[in-house]
Amino acid sequence: MANEAELRLRERLSKLGSLPLLRGSRLSGEAKRLEKQLERVTAETDDAEDIWHSVELARHPDRPYTLDYVERIVEDWVELHGDRSRGDDEAVVAGLGRIEGRTVALIGHQKGRDIKERARRNFGSAHPEGYRKGTRIMELAERHSFPLVTLVDTPGAYPGVAAEQHGQGGAIARSQAKMARLTVPTVACVIGEGGSGGAVAFALSDRVLMQEHAIYSVISPEGCAMILWRDMAEAPKAAAAFKPDARHCLALGVVDEIVPEPEGGAQTDPDEAARLLKDAILGSIELLDGVPGQELLRSRREKFRRMGVFAPVTA
Amino acid sequence: MVAEPRIDVQVEHRDGPREEGSDRHPNTCPSCGSHYRDDELERNLSVCPQCGHHSRMSARARIDLLADEGSFVEEAADVRSDDPLDFFDLRPYSERLVEAELSTGLGEAIIVGRAELDGRPCTLAVMDFEFMGGSMGSAVGEKFVRACESAAEREAPLISVTASGGARMQEGILSLMQLPKTVCAVEDLHDRQVPVFSVMAHPTTGGVLASFASLGDVLIAEPGALMSFAGPRVVERTTREKLPADFGTAEQNELFGHIDAIVPRPEQHAYLSRLLRLFDRG
Repeated sequence: MANEAELRLRERLSKLGSLPLLRGSRLSGEAKRLEKQLERVTAETDDAEDIWHSVELARHPDRPYTLDYVERIVEDWVELHGDRSRGDDEAVVAGLGRIEGRTVALIGHQKGRDIKERARRNFGSAHPEGYRKGTRIMELAERHSFPLVTLVDTPGAYPGVAAEQHGQGGAIARSQAKMARLTVPTVACVIGEGGSGGAVAFALSDRVLMQEHAIYSVISPEGCAMILWRDMAEAPKAAAAFKPDARHCLALGVVDEIVPEPEGGAQTDPDEAARLLKDAILGSIELLDGVPGQELLRSRREKFRRMGVFAPVTA
Repeated sequence: MVAEPRIDVQVEHRDGPREEGSDRHPNTCPSCGSHYRDDELERNLSVCPQCGHHSRMSARARIDLLADEGSFVEEAADVRSDDPLDFFDLRPYSERLVEAELSTGLGEAIIVGRAELDGRPCTLAVMDFEFMGGSMGSAVGEKFVRACESAAEREAPLISVTASGGARMQEGILSLMQLPKTVCAVEDLHDRQVPVFSVMAHPTTGGVLASFASLGDVLIAEPGALMSFAGPRVVERTTREKLPADFGTAEQNELFGHIDAIVPRPEQHAYLSRLLRLFDRG
């Protein structure tokens, strides 16, 4: 796998060196970049394997889901249902409960454990109704000054005809917009798959955490492999290219903190995983406690304002 | 302003495979098959005079259509994409970028700047599908946000015209972060009561539909534009259903209440002019 890429890079490098048409100043940068890439391709075999390991753990059938954590972290849980418009999407759970004696609003994607539940939960892929339910709970949190905790675990928003008819794109946009307007502390944690727009709909938060073996990405490895290589089997290669693992997300400034998991992944000891998650969530809420609402909102937007890497510009 | 190319890759790729080879004459309407003279389509704003089919239109041509002559001043023109992931599929991302710059003469998939429309100041953020499918990476997100900041500073309404396949895969998670980033910028404008108008052209899908494009004070679309979060092929593969021909079109979005109006290209200038008048509190 690495060999093929290495060969291709070497070939490009030699081609670059012999092309007389190239503009000198930009060329040296390009050649240097290719050399750097070559170094990484040869050094990163382990990295690619690590990334794929995280992809597998993030989707492990025994990995704790939102309600597994709710059960272990939240007291007096009251689940709330329905989007007050069309229906109740069970791919999203939402409700109120107490963490260490304090009432919080909680929203999370919910996958299913057995076949029946998976069908009912649509594998954690929400329809617009799910995002509207979330948005409604955010309003509730705002009204009563409850901190908002969101747990992200979805392969992506559901790509279906009805979902489009009911306004999937707009629902995801408005869920983010609502989060951008909240004046209560907000903490999100990616606990499994953070799949694209369907994930970020619940992750425009003051603090964004990510479990050690969760993934967070713009597209699924399979989707990316289909587009770029027209072959689903190239998914590991695709994952290595777009780096959805927690370590890279932290390095890119996308998440604020990595939440450790028990040795071997959260599924090996859900109780311990829940304890670690609870500590991280409480730690984050503590950091945000006492900060005036408008200040929270301002610094939240400022944080996302800085997201991205582009060519340096002098304004 | 044409960007200075970083490296000349045209030589290498001139003989590369053509995208979707077709033996149709280029001046043929893809919808009704009628034939245009060379300048006829351009004069008609790339709308078929026979059937009204809206063909792709470059960002520059759209700016000419909307802005008063000589009023457009481009901003943030020097923001360019970087390659933070050293992304490499069949070809390096950096090479794809250079190729897009050369073939379009654009620095990125969006042009932003200040303008006047019928004498009223506004801010334009216009996407160009020809640049890597109008995909949104860090540079597109940054330029859009700067347009919002410029709009806020001058209290000049923002008009966005979108044509995008969604988030740019080659920047991975950073592309996804452009959704919340642009959403926050639009919310800032809402807070300051600066009007935001969104014009959605074919196609407005994925991450662009799921962020700023859907958050305008008024949402309009071009006839026939595809506006779906998931592309038809993805939906077909997932649901194993044959999709209706009008799946995700502007007309369907209008029917289900997701947009305010479908406005044909020749009427957009007048429509936006009226909106600017209505929102003018001066």
